[in-house]
Amino acid sequence: MAYSGPSVCGAFDMVVWQLLALAVAAMALPVAVPWLGFVFTVAIGKGLAALGVAMLLRGGLISIGHALYVAIGAYATAFLMLSIGMNELFLLLICATAITMAAGLVIGAFMARYRAIFFAMLNLAISMVFFTLLSKLYHLTGGSDGMRVATPTVLGLTLDRAEFDLVLQFSAVALMVAVALLIDRYLKSPLGEALTAIHANEVRLEYLGVSARGVILAAYTISAALAGLGGAITAVAIGHVVPELSYWTFSGQLVLIAVLGGITGVPGAFIGAFFFELVRTFAADFAPDAWNAIVGAALLIVIFFLPQGLYGLLQRVKTRKARL
Amino acid sequence: MFTNYVPVIVDGLVDAALIFFVAVGLTLVFSVARVLNVAHGSFYALGAYLSVVIGMWLTGHGWVVASLAALLLSPILIAVALGPLIERTLLRWTYGRPEALQILVTFGLFLVLEDMQKLIFGVQPYSQDTAVQLFGISHISGIVYLNYQLLLIVLAILVAIGLRLMLKRTRIGKLIAAVVADQEMAQTIGIDVRRIFVLAFTLGVFLAALGGALASPMIGVAPGLGAEAIVLAFAVAAIGGLGQIEGAALAAVLVGLARASAIYWAPELQPVVPYLVMVAVLLVRPYGLFGSIGLRRI
Repeated sequence: MAYSGPSVCGAFDMVVWQLLALAVAAMALPVAVPWLGFVFTVAIGKGLAALGVAMLLRGGLISIGHALYVAIGAYATAFLMLSIGMNELFLLLICATAITMAAGLVIGAFMARYRAIFFAMLNLAISMVFFTLLSKLYHLTGGSDGMRVATPTVLGLTLDRAEFDLVLQFSAVALMVAVALLIDRYLKSPLGEALTAIHANEVRLEYLGVSARGVILAAYTISAALAGLGGAITAVAIGHVVPELSYWTFSGQLVLIAVLGGITGVPGAFIGAFFFELVRTFAADFAPDAWNAIVGAALLIVIFFLPQGLYGLLQRVKTRKARL
Repeated sequence: MFTNYVPVIVDGLVDAALIFFVAVGLTLVFSVARVLNVAHGSFYALGAYLSVVIGMWLTGHGWVVASLAALLLSPILIAVALGPLIERTLLRWTYGRPEALQILVTFGLFLVLEDMQKLIFGVQPYSQDTAVQLFGISHISGIVYLNYQLLLIVLAILVAIGLRLMLKRTRIGKLIAAVVADQEMAQTIGIDVRRIFVLAFTLGVFLAALGGALASPMIGVAPGLGAEAIVLAFAVAAIGGLGQIEGAALAAVLVGLARASAIYWAPELQPVVPYLVMVAVLLVRPYGLFGSIGLRRI
């Protein structure tokens, strides 16, 4: 665990505390304001997918089509319930994640050849093709009406909707902490550090004998799995899946959440997601037609004025305090 | 025997003509500014919307023939209104920065423009085919063709030749070529590089909007047009080699013919075909048909 000294362990501990603080907030606030529970569950779904985008951004790779994997995870959940009658919540989440991961591995094997512009545009292209297929294959996917996702059982228990929502909310929070810690370990492992090194200098990395393509493939597959898990959570939380989950404006939201939260630390994606979903809940009343414009403008503002994201802001305040 | 293929080829060439306008604008901006503008498809969509709205207004007032002018007027309006503004503010900021950041910024712009378009023109689909009706149809060996389609093919060829002549023969074209070849050296010998950037970007916007305007009489204009245009334009620009105008022309013909063939023989493949072509080309030539390997950062 401590392959590079105690300083990393210190940072690791800090991430644990930050995640626990987030988890407590995500569980305590809905006690006071019940409807926040659903908002936070959806936020965690998006946060997981945004974490995947943020991971790739650390490697200098920008995916503007990551909604593809959210949609694969969501539709996999719907299909598993519909066609083989799988009804168990945790089994569904695991299987949907595994299916998305497999898709990420296959597509990633192709994507790992490309960087920057090509990487971004090919991701966008594949997500657009998938969106077209989801909308057009009416007999399979229900077209633009989407598919219904029934309320799954939890560990064999059939729950009514309100109970299920509560269980799902706590499960999502637990998953968030567990997955975030795993990803944090991954990013601080040699394989994860190599990803950052690709951004810094890919050629030197290869001179060190590390296969850049292998590093990217691993990161891409993991990020697809994250988005798939997020999609599966979204599917069971909302109870309905639609092709828009794979539309490019949804990818845009994921990119904004990743950049808004900040890519320097794992909690960033979730901080960004909570902030984003809260703002959206309120803004949806004022400007339902201009939501994408707000997302785009916010993205530009964050890039120009807050390049480290909210997480970076948090870090900066902390170091300033430490200096005082 | 051969006549069976003529309609496919004509359809393919019409498709190619429309894709060419957007793709060549994208590739032109990329070659000058070294920025891949993800928001490029928005200009296509805006061009289509504006020409439909102006065209409907003119037709509504009885100036049916004048509605043809909308096809040229709207791209000019969009290029003049948006080109310099966006280049001077957002795009300039991205020059020389990491590509991921350039994509982020233009992607943010894309999201903004998408909703601007929805706010201005609404979400209901438009269709306005006065231009197609005005030009009528012609029968060639028993098959009916729209004259408007044939005109599009001629127009695309003219624009391709015109662009090439402009870049090779005129003073402004040579200045652009100089900036593309070596921006710093061009600056050193006194070329106003900033002006060239504004010009090239505005020209790119014009070409995209022109593509949209010319396509508008033949398609339903609805939200989502911009995203389809940019991914298709990128596929074509990538096949041709980013920054290569001749490459974009050849790639547009390839993709257009492939799409038309798919519509005739395998309709379900149609949305995927451009990317299949792209994957096939990029597997053999990773930098496109006319592209060359750029320098890698060391």
